[in-house]
Amino acid sequence: MAIPILMPALSPTMTEGKLSAWLMKEGDTISAGDVMAEIETDKATMEFEAVDEGVLGKILVSEGTEGVAVNTPIAILLEEGESLDDVDLEALKGGQGAPVVPPGAAEGKDESKPAEDAKPQTEVPEKPAAKAAAATPAAAEPAPAGGSGKRVFASPLARRLAKQAGIDLAAMKGSGPHGRIVKRDVEGAEAAPQAAKPAAAQAAAPAAAAAPAATEIHIPEGVGYDELPLSSMRKTIARRLTEAKSTIPHIYLTIDVELDALLALRKELNAKAPEGVKLSVNDFVIRATALALKRVPDANASFAGDRIIRYHNADIGVAVALPDNGLITPIVFKAETKGLAAISEEVKEKAGRARERKLKPEEYMGGGFAISNLGMYGIKDFAAVVNPPHGGILAVGMGEQRPVVKDGALAVATVMSVTLSSDHRVVDGALGAQLLAAFKGFIEDPVTMML
Amino acid sequence: MVETSFDLIVVGGGPGGYVAAIRAAQLGLKTAVVEREHLGGICLNWGCIPTKALLRSAEVWHLIQHADAFGFKVEGASMDLAKIVDRSRKVAGQLSGGVKHLLKKNKVTVVDGQGALAGKGKLSVTKDGKEVATLSAPHIVLATGARARTLPGLEPDGKLIWTYKEAMVPKEMPKSLLVIGSGAIGIEFASFYRTLGVEVTVVEVMDRVLPVEDEEISAFARKQFEKQGMKIHTATTVEKLEGRGDAVSATLKAKDGKTAELKVDRAILAVGITGNVENLGLEGTGVKVDRGHVQIDGWCRTGEPGVYAIGDLVGPPWLAHKASHEGVICVEKIAGRNDVHPLNLGNIPGCTYCMPQVASVGLTEARAKEAGHEVKVGRFPFIGNGKAIALGEAEGMVKTVFDAKTGELLGAHMIGAEVTELIQGYVTAKTLETTEAELMETIFPHPTLSEMMHESVLDAYGRVIHF
Repeated sequence: MAIPILMPALSPTMTEGKLSAWLMKEGDTISAGDVMAEIETDKATMEFEAVDEGVLGKILVSEGTEGVAVNTPIAILLEEGESLDDVDLEALKGGQGAPVVPPGAAEGKDESKPAEDAKPQTEVPEKPAAKAAAATPAAAEPAPAGGSGKRVFASPLARRLAKQAGIDLAAMKGSGPHGRIVKRDVEGAEAAPQAAKPAAAQAAAPAAAAAPAATEIHIPEGVGYDELPLSSMRKTIARRLTEAKSTIPHIYLTIDVELDALLALRKELNAKAPEGVKLSVNDFVIRATALALKRVPDANASFAGDRIIRYHNADIGVAVALPDNGLITPIVFKAETKGLAAISEEVKEKAGRARERKLKPEEYMGGGFAISNLGMYGIKDFAAVVNPPHGGILAVGMGEQRPVVKDGALAVATVMSVTLSSDHRVVDGALGAQLLAAFKGFIEDPVTMML
Repeated sequence: MVETSFDLIVVGGGPGGYVAAIRAAQLGLKTAVVEREHLGGICLNWGCIPTKALLRSAEVWHLIQHADAFGFKVEGASMDLAKIVDRSRKVAGQLSGGVKHLLKKNKVTVVDGQGALAGKGKLSVTKDGKEVATLSAPHIVLATGARARTLPGLEPDGKLIWTYKEAMVPKEMPKSLLVIGSGAIGIEFASFYRTLGVEVTVVEVMDRVLPVEDEEISAFARKQFEKQGMKIHTATTVEKLEGRGDAVSATLKAKDGKTAELKVDRAILAVGITGNVENLGLEGTGVKVDRGHVQIDGWCRTGEPGVYAIGDLVGPPWLAHKASHEGVICVEKIAGRNDVHPLNLGNIPGCTYCMPQVASVGLTEARAKEAGHEVKVGRFPFIGNGKAIALGEAEGMVKTVFDAKTGELLGAHMIGAEVTELIQGYVTAKTLETTEAELMETIFPHPTLSEMMHESVLDAYGRVIHF
């Protein structure tokens, strides 16, 4: 029997994505595990593997289409020997409700969608596809929790459990018949990593507000400009950081640290390091931060609504700028257990894959703390935005020679300013200060980091 | 043998095995079934089906006895035991032939003999001690079922001390009968023989009859059985059982240590069943056997790659429909379907065809509480239902157990006329994950027994109409 291939949810937060490329064409034979398409999620470009086998009968969503909602049929898979003529295409496409948005039409899509849903019903009489349209009770169905306009297929019990747990079903992938969301899916989401849950729950509400509703911008006549479509990643950055900056009470603490001893040690270590290993100042910063988080464990925490999650390990996100204007934070897990060379190697490797957008979701999701370093751009000092579920983020400036007063006399030292932005709900000023003091201790006496 | 190489071989042609084979064939796998005796297995030949035929005869007899209440005078009625048994055997025979036809229709090869694993992907088939074929397949599904369990000192002799098999084909009616074990098998035979006038004594080691059912249902059932003249000893064991001459003597020992002697014509052993794990060539393979049952994972995989097991062979609940469903899960997973889910024990109905019938699905009230649920319980008696009264079957009840917080239907427990046919409504509801709201909004036809299912739900939420 022909089955629709649905837009997959490739990460827990993914609600839509861009179908960047089809790697198969109509008529190709597919085996389970074949890579059929490349899909750009909010975080990365990922390969979409076939789970069934058959023949790719028809591509419903062409490559380059943006904003394809999860669970939208994107192609039809035929069984061996089956012909496209045997298939009721409308029926296979139908029932999902979500119309396929053509390239370029992504803007303002959320407003236009209900109208598009309603349209087939008024046009029914003249359409041979009336059967499918009539069978799609989009209008009768109460708006699903997510408000995305897409009908959510879920069992009554799953709906009630999700409502009680404050979980948005619209973003969930169902494991029941035809992708129906059932009890075990909701329970699975509830049991998901504790840190991820509050973030997901928080994300649900403001998401609607931050969704890509077009903003009117007055542009005087004669002003030349280009209009650039938003990448999936840009949409996510916009949504997540708007949410973070407007819901998290930030506090900022700045401290200067002297780097001379660290630079000397770095030089010594690099001279003795094996081929291929070259420690950066940032590697030291990551290790010092990890050790400081272990020394001040209360600062290694997430605020989770009704409770605080305090982590056992220092899982530190390292912000990586991507070539075409993106940003992602791969995580160095258990950084306190890793030596400088291991940290250096891991960051280099993950940053490389991040730039190619090949990180797996589990490599950038979670973590309790983050580091953003703009020193290499000559930035002296800046304040970063906390990226939930992290409890804080350390913004690292450039190390430079500055005049300092030592024993009442003016001297020259290499100084670097760092600014901690913390979520005041979990890391208060004094706690943040303790963390920075510990950090400063490790940086200025770097041999203690080697212990 | 023409063909010896298959995609999948099922060992055992019972309700687990033949269903697995047909499903495999539907999914395009070249499939064989190896069966040593009867297609259809115990269920069809010596279990579910022939006993239903016997119980139907008992029901007819019961109606004849009570014909007066319905306005008939029946005189000179008598029973012909041989004919009752013969009808039961014919029913089994007809259905066994049907399975053969179904397998043929689905192009499943049937191999007559006893199958045993013989190295990786190989199955040796013997008949009368001689090897008749060596088959090969990457996937071998063991579905060899189970047989009556015996306990030390409680062994059947096939003449005076029966298992289900002899109890199903009595040559003459015993005057008195001891039934050891009050699970579904024991109670169905007790009910059959009691209805046909035999003095029946039931001994149960647990503190209640039908011990897997809800406690209220057990208590209700016991009352009904005793009203029919059954003698029931719960929390009692049979210490000694001896057949001599044409009678059986038993020593019963109650929990408080008191013993009693009992002399009966016949005894039936119904103390559970044990998997047919012998002579399957499991030795030296990764297949693990624990207390007479093969150990499997959620996809029916044993510890040996390429070897699977389903049904009674892998343990309780020992139900034909559980075996069939496992067969389907197992085969669909093998065929690479991605919409398969492991068996959900909470959604397997159980039916006992005693008089009155008992049917249930999901958690009993006690189990639900043990599992930490705060519960809402609804009950509705048959006496409040018009159809039940019209049928002259006003004794029974429908009990529902909901999670108070989520409205999840945790369990449903029924006793009374035709409840084995009714339970499926709740099973569908459970499988679709309805809450109390959808059940309350469902329109039940009037006048039917099924209205009680509605009322029971309403009762759980303080909204019962007819009681």
